Amino acid sequence: MKSLREYLDHLEPHFEKGGKYEKWYALYEAATTILYTPGYVTRSASHVRDSIDLKRIMIFVWACTFPAMFWGMYNVGLQTVDAMATTGVTELGGMRGWVMALFGAEYSTNVLSSMFIGALYFVPIYATAFIVGGFWEVLFASIRGHEINEGFFVTSILFALILPPDIPLWQVALGISFGVVVAKEVFGGTGKNFLNPALAGRAFLFFAYPGDMSGEVWNVVDGYSGATPLAASAAAAVGTIDYGFTESWWDSFYGFVPGSIGEVSTLMILIGGLLLAYLKIASFRIILAVFVGMVATASLLNWVGSETNAMFEMPWHWHLVTGGFAFGMMFMATDPVSASLTNKGKWYFGFLIGFMCVMIRVVNPAYPEGMMLAILFANLFAPLIDHFVVQANIKRRAKRYVS
Amino acid sequence: MEHYISLFIRSVFIENMALSAFLGMCTFLAVSKKVQTAIGLGVAVVVVQAITVPVNNLLSTYLLNEGALAWAGLPETDLSFLGLIVYIGVIAAIVQILEMILDKFFPALYQALGIFLPLITVNCAILGGSLFMIQREYDLAESVVYGIGSGFGWALAIVALAGIREKMKYSDVPDGLRGLGITFITVGLMALAFMSFSGVQL
Repeated sequence: MKSLREYLDHLEPHFEKGGKYEKWYALYEAATTILYTPGYVTRSASHVRDSIDLKRIMIFVWACTFPAMFWGMYNVGLQTVDAMATTGVTELGGMRGWVMALFGAEYSTNVLSSMFIGALYFVPIYATAFIVGGFWEVLFASIRGHEINEGFFVTSILFALILPPDIPLWQVALGISFGVVVAKEVFGGTGKNFLNPALAGRAFLFFAYPGDMSGEVWNVVDGYSGATPLAASAAAAVGTIDYGFTESWWDSFYGFVPGSIGEVSTLMILIGGLLLAYLKIASFRIILAVFVGMVATASLLNWVGSETNAMFEMPWHWHLVTGGFAFGMMFMATDPVSASLTNKGKWYFGFLIGFMCVMIRVVNPAYPEGMMLAILFANLFAPLIDHFVVQANIKRRAKRYVS
Repeated sequence: MEHYISLFIRSVFIENMALSAFLGMCTFLAVSKKVQTAIGLGVAVVVVQAITVPVNNLLSTYLLNEGALAWAGLPETDLSFLGLIVYIGVIAAIVQILEMILDKFFPALYQALGIFLPLITVNCAILGGSLFMIQREYDLAESVVYGIGSGFGWALAIVALAGIREKMKYSDVPDGLRGLGITFITVGLMALAFMSFSGVQL
C-alpha cells in the first residue's frame, strides 16, 4: 500500500499547475481521493469535523441501490425466461443470444442463470450510462476546473435502474447526456442544480420516445408484450380488479412482475432505502411525508370514487408496490440537492410528491406512471417552499423583539 | 360548479400560459429575479386578467360579434374585425388604472415593478387570454373563471421561477450562459416538469 501512495505522490507534480498534465488534474484528483483521504486540511476558522463528505455520501447511496439492482437483474432474467416459454422462442436474438451461446448458458429460471440473463440486459445499460455520464463529468470538470464529483456515480446508477430493460442503448446515452449536461453541469455541477439529473434525463426520454418508455415495456422477446400492473389497472374496467392483499400484491411487493429494472421489488428498495435513512443520508422527513401524502390522496380518491375510471379504486397499499413509487420515495425524492432544504419545508415537499404522484396516476390517462413527474414537479417548487419557510421563521423571530 | 372547477384547473395547470403556451415570456424572464417582486407582478397579472377577459367577453358579445348589435336595431352589422384593437385598448386602459392605484396605495410595489407594469399592456399572456376566450367561445361566467385561472397559472409559474433563480445565486453557471441564457434553460426544464399535466382530460 505504501508504494501506491509513493507512486501517487510521485505523479502529483505533473498534474499540478504548470505540470505536463495540468489539464488532467481533475482525473488525478478523482482517482487519488477514491483511494486515500485527501491530504489538505482546514486552515481558517473552525469547521465541523466529520468523516462523511460528499464522496462518502455518494458512495453510500450507490451501495444502497445494490439490493434493488441485483434483484432487478434476477427479475429481468426470470421474466425473460417466462416470456420465452409463453411465446415458444428458444433463444434470444442478437448480441445477447450470441453471449448466451458463447458460454453455453441455459435458459432456466434458477437464480444464477436468471441473474446471468438479467445481467446481459442491465450491464450494457449501466455501462453506457456510466461511461457517457462520466465522459461529460470529466469534460466539464477539466475545462471548468472543478473537481470530479461522485454525483455521476449516483446519477448513472439511478438512471439505469429506472429504465425499462429493452431500451436501445443510444437512448440511454442520449438520456444521460441530457440529464448530466442540461440538468446539472450547466448550473455548475453537483449541488448547484435544481432538478434531479437522473429524473430529468428519464423525463426527456419519456417525452421524446413515449412509445418505448412506459406501460407495455416488456417486449424482450419479439411478439410478446406484458403490461406492467399499473398499465393493466389503468386499462381495466371498474370493479374488475381485486385490490386486496392478494397473491399478486405479494408478487409486486417481492418483485416478481415486469417493470423498470430497479423499481420492481418494493422489499429490496425498502431495505436499501431504510439503510440510507438510518445513515441520515436520506431524510426520513421526506420519506414519511411522501408516504403520508400518497396514503391520504389515495384514500381520498377511494372515497370519492368514479364510475368510469378504475384507477380511483386503487388503494394505497397497491400504489406503494406498483410502478416507481417506492424507488422514487427512497432514492429520488430524498436527493439532498433538489429537495427542500429546511426541515419544515421537507414535509411540504414530500407531501406534494405523494399527492401529485397519485393524482397523475389516477387522473391523467396519458401517463400510467406518475412518480417521476411528481418528483420533477415538486423539485420546481422546493426553492419556493424553502423561501416561505425561511420568511415565516424570520417573521416569527422578529416578533420576539417587537418593542 | 364542477364544470367551472375543471376549467379553472385546466387553465392553471394543463394550459399554463407561461409553461405550456409560452406566452408573456419577456416579463416572465425579466421580473423573476426576486420572489417578492414576482409575487407582486403575479397578483397584478391575476387582477388584470380577471378584469380584462370578462370585459372583453362582454364587448365581443354585445358589440363586436356578428349580430351582436341586434339590441340597437342593427342585426346585420359585424364588427369583429375591430376585435384586436378593442381588446388591446381595454387592456391598456385597465393597466393604466391599475398603475395609478398602485402608485397611490402601494408605492413600494410600484417602484419594484417599474417599467414592467406598463409592459403588462403588451404582455402576450394578457392579450392571449382574451383571444383564447374568444376562440373557445366562453360565456361570461366561464370567462371570469378562465381569466382568474390563466392569470393564477402564470403567477404560479413566475413565482416558482423566481424561487429557483434565488437558489441559483449559488450556482456556478458558465460565463456565456449567465443571465438570460440559463434562465431560458431553466424555463425549458420547468416546462418539462409541467408536461406531467398534458393529456389530463377534465
